[in-house]
Amino acid sequence: MAEPKITPQLVADHGLMPDEYEKIKKILGREPSFTELGIFSVMWSEHCSYKNSISLIKTLPRSGKALLTEAGEENAGAVDLGNDLAVVFKIESHNHPSAVEPYQGAATGVGGILRDVFCMGARPIAALNSLRFGQLSEARSRYLFNGAVRGIGDYGNSFGVPTVGGEVYFEDCYYANPLINAMAVGICRKDRMASATAKGAGNPVFIVGSSTGRDGIHGATFASEEISSKSESKRPSVQIGDPFTEKLLLEATLEIIKEDLIVGVQDMGAAGLTCCSSEMSAKGNSGIEINLDLVPVREENMSAYEIMLSESQERMLVVGKKGSEDLIRAIFNKWDLNCIEIGQVTDGKNMVVTMGGKVVADIPSECLVLGGGAPVYTREQKRPAYLDEAQGHDFSKLPQPKDYSAVLQRLIGSHNIASKRWVFEQYDSMVRTNTVVGPGSDAAVLRIRHSDKGIAVSTDCNARYCYLNPRLGGQIAVAESARNVACSGARPVAITNCLNFGNPYKPEMYYMFAECIKGMGEACRVFDTPVTGGNVSFYNEDPERAVYPTPTIGMLGIIDDLNHITTNNFKDSGDLIFLAGSTKNELGGSEYLKVEHNLVTGNAPELDMVFEKQLQSFILEAIRNGLVKSSHDISEGGLAVALAESCFADREKAVGATVSVKSDLRKDALYFGESQSRVILSIAPERKGSLIQLAASMNVPVAEIGVVGGSALKINDDIKAEVKILADAFFDTIGNVMALGAQTPTRLTSQS
Amino acid sequence: MRFGVVTFPGSNCDYDALMVVRDQLHHDAEFVWHKNSDLSAVDCVILPGGFSYGDYLRTGAIARYSPVMKSVIRFANEGGLVIGICNGFQVLLESGLLPGAMLRNRKLRFVCKQVYLRCETSDSPFSNQIRVGDVLKIPIAHTDGNYYWNEDGVGDHEDNKQVIFRYCDARGSITDESNPNGSINNIAGICNKTRNVFGMMPHPERASEELLGSADGLRVFQSIVAFAKAGVAV
Repeated sequence: MAEPKITPQLVADHGLMPDEYEKIKKILGREPSFTELGIFSVMWSEHCSYKNSISLIKTLPRSGKALLTEAGEENAGAVDLGNDLAVVFKIESHNHPSAVEPYQGAATGVGGILRDVFCMGARPIAALNSLRFGQLSEARSRYLFNGAVRGIGDYGNSFGVPTVGGEVYFEDCYYANPLINAMAVGICRKDRMASATAKGAGNPVFIVGSSTGRDGIHGATFASEEISSKSESKRPSVQIGDPFTEKLLLEATLEIIKEDLIVGVQDMGAAGLTCCSSEMSAKGNSGIEINLDLVPVREENMSAYEIMLSESQERMLVVGKKGSEDLIRAIFNKWDLNCIEIGQVTDGKNMVVTMGGKVVADIPSECLVLGGGAPVYTREQKRPAYLDEAQGHDFSKLPQPKDYSAVLQRLIGSHNIASKRWVFEQYDSMVRTNTVVGPGSDAAVLRIRHSDKGIAVSTDCNARYCYLNPRLGGQIAVAESARNVACSGARPVAITNCLNFGNPYKPEMYYMFAECIKGMGEACRVFDTPVTGGNVSFYNEDPERAVYPTPTIGMLGIIDDLNHITTNNFKDSGDLIFLAGSTKNELGGSEYLKVEHNLVTGNAPELDMVFEKQLQSFILEAIRNGLVKSSHDISEGGLAVALAESCFADREKAVGATVSVKSDLRKDALYFGESQSRVILSIAPERKGSLIQLAASMNVPVAEIGVVGGSALKINDDIKAEVKILADAFFDTIGNVMALGAQTPTRLTSQS
Repeated sequence: MRFGVVTFPGSNCDYDALMVVRDQLHHDAEFVWHKNSDLSAVDCVILPGGFSYGDYLRTGAIARYSPVMKSVIRFANEGGLVIGICNGFQVLLESGLLPGAMLRNRKLRFVCKQVYLRCETSDSPFSNQIRVGDVLKIPIAHTDGNYYWNEDGVGDHEDNKQVIFRYCDARGSITDESNPNGSINNIAGICNKTRNVFGMMPHPERASEELLGSADGLRVFQSIVAFAKAGVAV
């Protein structure tokens, strides 16, 4: 088959800048072939090369004594759990595919992150996801939401990983471009961690798992441009998931690692065979030769270009130890999977690809990869003008509500606050029988079987705060996720992050990106939670608008004693309610402001990171001393919503509370403001003295604000609501909206 | 006693069942590979939950042709104890060891949550340690758990006391609201006429430790052990 001639237009169509093309010619010392052009285009795409982000990402703290790998070194980060065990975890986006095909987009997002974890030798024990859509009043948003949830559920449920937590937000800015961030957590023996490397000349290279088809070609390039009405035509760029094959691939992969038959293994994700071959050989400081005639394909007449760029799912590239070929094949054969030797490691430096007896690509691997020859840019930054206006917003003229009970009722039923039960009941949250605290709490908690330890995991990001104050918003995202795991009884140890932003070539957007990273880095240093890896997703915008800067944090915490696991619901009548931390006159970016006044403005809430750390230490110490019966972080909706959630979090055992808080703040800020570094605790009355003493010794302000009991939540003389009615609104709202339906694709039109 | 937990490609609750037998019940358990047909060392077969063969055709429809199922059918016909959980129940229906069929849940979605089951009879190898009327808290996780059989068939079940568990509310009332999938007569678990083959959609292996929210499911496994100990043939 004749390959197309390389023209400037063809180069531009591949998303390569003219100077990038010149660089390619210089590397090769000649014009690239069509296949080589395709290879450079995907490897140098934003998605694979991180060319516009890596210089800033490198400013994040990426090492620490608990880390077993440095960020970016392997497919996922690894943390030392003790007991010779490692926790492997990572979060990744699948935004663009999900915008045009939500079911497969979300499903393959889950599949991809699971492979990243199990190709390290770790068995996935938990999945989480962070999702963002437009308002549910829009049929398109319901269609995307429904499709994504089904996709995540069908994939994870069949694969057999419990989906234990996550978050879902609805905001206009995600109407065209939803965010689908999937996180996976796995566990393995420290001495059985696999590496994504190719070394040792003569070692065999296998392609294993599914056959290669034409699906997903240029998925990485598609992920590196904005969403538009033309994006519909990119539906063939979306991969198709097969969780059954993934489950078999998991078992076979773990077996070859356990039997010590391999040198390295890497998941074929974005840029498929191209990415694996070049990254593994570059990492191993070796060359690699592959023969495409041997690759099992599922369609006829596939070209070299197509095979190299296919993003067909459920495939891995395995570098075996010479002499282990038959044993490796036997394991994949047992699981009824392809395992075809397609090449070998060489002592050269190049990735050499042949087909039909001809060399179709011959490129130095190092020149293709991140950290090697891939371009690195620092873009122009400009502070957006709206920031000063928003941060200076004067709330003094904002009218106060007349009926605070009614406001509470509306906030509880707002889609951002209401229970995501409709979502997580469609996910198997219990398979593998480790889930101690499942979805719907501050953080999910899993026990580590045959040990007295557990882990707590949470995903978090309040994107409104980032939109209003990117640096502070970045700090708060880390602080809140740490607070969530601390409230569950876990020490925060490390994070993974998924940075969802708009077009980096727009200086305002790049400023927001840089500021968010600055804030996250500052917070990670204070909380001693290094970044173990993650991903960057740019171009999350359509011609109308960009998404809010959304740096999603996936936090891992370790529970040293399972007796310390703490949940957020009030337990017994007569227990005392304490507020730890201080409330300020803050309304900026709050859900209250959006729901009651339709405003997204003001400054993000203040954050004193040193105090935040102290507060979390106090919560953990109080839990360890057996003082705490429930612990709940105050976030969206403020104090009143947090109290209500503690009343009905366990719906069957819902209980009321009578609360009295004295304050000279604005009442709406007191009840619904989102001041940071606050936690609601409930304790048995006889623990009161010990709690107050501990708080005083740690310089954390605590106030006794009420008592658990009755059937209503009463706060001062302003709020009185039957808990059952609040609970019905909380648990049923989203299911009721989704009953409106949106089962058919709702296309993105150029909406007004 | 020795339990054999069958692993079909796509089974994903096999390990959980194995762990309950070993760690909570303190009995022996081993995996039985689907290409294997030797059940001679096994006292009770567990067909676990999951998505055998991806459930791509129809739940349990392909697994029924798996080599191991020939042996399981022979084992059952000879009076051996067989328990199918979730996908295992679906396999039992497809293989004809239990009557009836699974429809899609009435809300047409996967549902995973804790539900309540009322014990309808203690007269079975799977419920002899549970009193009639006892309410158990055991979770479900399935898309196709809407049990159906025609009127005569269900009538037979009821006459023969083959219904072992029904979905109920926390107080044990059999209501439509407490039926999570639309199963006829709120049926959650049934046995065959000879009472040695039992299928249930809820997952007792997920409710065998207080740490995980409930230990009620352990009573199903304890019943099996008690039955085997008594040495009573079915």
